[in-house]
Amino acid sequence: MANVFTNIGDWVNERAPGMMPMYRAHMTEYYAPKNFNLWYYFGSLALLVLVNQIVTGIFLTMNYNPSAAGAFASVEYIMRDVEWGWLIRYMHSTGASLFFVVVFLHMFRGIMYGSYKKPRELVWLLGMLIFLVLMAEAFMGYVLPWGNMSFWGAKVIISLFGTIPYIGPGLEQWIMGDFLPADATLNRFFALHVIALPLVLLLLVVLHIAALHEVGSNNPDGVEIKKGPKGNRWDALKPADGIPFHPYYTVKDLVGVGVFLLIAAFIIFFAPTFGGWFLEHDNFIPANNLATPSHIKPVWYFTPFYAILRMIPSLFGTAVWGVLGMFGAIALLFLLPWLDRGQVKSIRYRGTGFKVALGLFVVSFIALGAVGAGVTAEVIPAWFGNVDVTFWENLFGRLMTLIYFGFFAFLWAYTYYGWEKTKPVPERVTTHD
Amino acid sequence: MTKQGLMKRYIFPVALAFALVVGGVPVQASEGGLPHAGTNVQDQASLQRGAKLFFNYCVGCHSLKYMRYERIAGDLGLTEQDVMQNLNFTGAKFGETVVSHMPEADAAKWFGKAPPDLSLEVRAKGADWVYAYLNSFYLDPSRPVGWNNTVFPNASMPFPLWELQGMQTPVMAEAKPGEDATVEKLVLSHPGKMTPAQFQQATRDLTSFLQYASEPAALQRHHYGIWVLLFLALFTFLAALLKKEYWKDVH
Repeated sequence: MANVFTNIGDWVNERAPGMMPMYRAHMTEYYAPKNFNLWYYFGSLALLVLVNQIVTGIFLTMNYNPSAAGAFASVEYIMRDVEWGWLIRYMHSTGASLFFVVVFLHMFRGIMYGSYKKPRELVWLLGMLIFLVLMAEAFMGYVLPWGNMSFWGAKVIISLFGTIPYIGPGLEQWIMGDFLPADATLNRFFALHVIALPLVLLLLVVLHIAALHEVGSNNPDGVEIKKGPKGNRWDALKPADGIPFHPYYTVKDLVGVGVFLLIAAFIIFFAPTFGGWFLEHDNFIPANNLATPSHIKPVWYFTPFYAILRMIPSLFGTAVWGVLGMFGAIALLFLLPWLDRGQVKSIRYRGTGFKVALGLFVVSFIALGAVGAGVTAEVIPAWFGNVDVTFWENLFGRLMTLIYFGFFAFLWAYTYYGWEKTKPVPERVTTHD
Repeated sequence: MTKQGLMKRYIFPVALAFALVVGGVPVQASEGGLPHAGTNVQDQASLQRGAKLFFNYCVGCHSLKYMRYERIAGDLGLTEQDVMQNLNFTGAKFGETVVSHMPEADAAKWFGKAPPDLSLEVRAKGADWVYAYLNSFYLDPSRPVGWNNTVFPNASMPFPLWELQGMQTPVMAEAKPGEDATVEKLVLSHPGKMTPAQFQQATRDLTSFLQYASEPAALQRHHYGIWVLLFLALFTFLAALLKKEYWKDVH
């Protein structure tokens, strides 16, 4: 039997001699730092969720009907009449939310350990592009069930483009193909969601990983293992602090996959709507352009950006500032490698100012999420009684918006003017588990 | 790494993430201070009683257009004969969905608004809301059909369960100057066939049935979920052992 496999292997190798070297370069001879911690699971988990979304998505398209007349009923058909359709749909809807959980944590890891810094700027930029495409993908996917929140969410988000001076209104109609989100909108969003954006996403993921393997992974100490001593058990010329990605990190990631799937399965089987956070109550009502939901809000993963949009007031007779603020909040993340001039990568050896600023940044992001999701609108009257809710919500939301943008301004000044007092970075990576 | 180090660097962030996730849930789940419906879709007897109520009192006006009679029979432990004789009064075939006979245009004329399909009512409004709604009808001569509701003020629906509950009349709170008087509480002025406790149980059964109808897959979810989790726990345990074995030689 073993002989048969060897023969097949030889047969392939003769005809495609580049394949084994490629496998080695990216798996068995890709040397990753040996000190990865919990935060390093989320890259492989993001890949796992991407595969899940593609596979479950293919099965959903087999029974989904992308028309304004049939979409809602076809989703219920999947939920009730298609064998295991409910499982496939919950895997897809839960996967969408968990995709963002995993990606947010993955991005936070990058900021915490300075993984965007030289020489990994390109890895960061490609990752940010993935994030941008993922947001578009998630938004269009959310429209497809054609529930009432799908409809009104689409209407609000598309109307953002209408705020652009001169071309706005025309652009809005061009995107929708109608004067309201309608059949034409649903059809094109379906095409973009199931073909165009997934292709772009896959290409970007390949480039992201290729760019990473070119420069090598960062680690919790922010030490460049390629600049450290050479020679490990496998190769005398490779970094002493590196271990082969396969099998060491493949088996380690398998543990992460197990824990992640436990959490995902718990949600899928016991709380698929997640209390209205993953699947919203108003989206179980069919799209109706005459009945506005009492609170129009996006799904949780867009709420921080949606809050920034809402908190920035109209000025000079145009509402475009909120839109600029919202997109600016994402654009600034792209610029992180150039805003942060600090030489030390990891938070372990960075100044107190950085630690405090990053902490506040996380607080502002979560707080903005709460504002965008309407949590503050409920909590303020419940905690403080009969007060002017809009006033206090705006005050709180604007303060948090200021902190969000303040993080980037502070980070630049802090490192540009050399105010940061860093600790000495060790020569070698310090710990591993 | 020391034990404490492990504690600090792994357990804490996991616990924090979990706390954030779980802590976030109740904010939306509370449904505006309504009493807890106490429904249970696992309770087959309750679902059967609820189905009986639905098909005797509701289906005249309301459809369950995504729900098939055959599916109801299978999930509620009923035979085809049970369902076709005791529940199906619309004359539909066993494999067809539950569609009310009331013509929508007439219904809109009679009630001001066509009675909504109830297939997804509980998913859209929540079980607590439906349960409270069913318990909050009161006599109001100012309304076209003579009924009003404290949970859904000025609802256009008459109260079909009145012979079971009886009739409630409102006790009005003193009106603030310039505002309409509000209902302070409802009292049962004309008792019905059921005691208040029996009626609450009946509406709980009906809400359970509607909750089941809004997501029949919930029965399968609960059935398979536990086995999936057990399998994944075993998988994770074995993966952890494998990882430990491989990493023995990394120093």
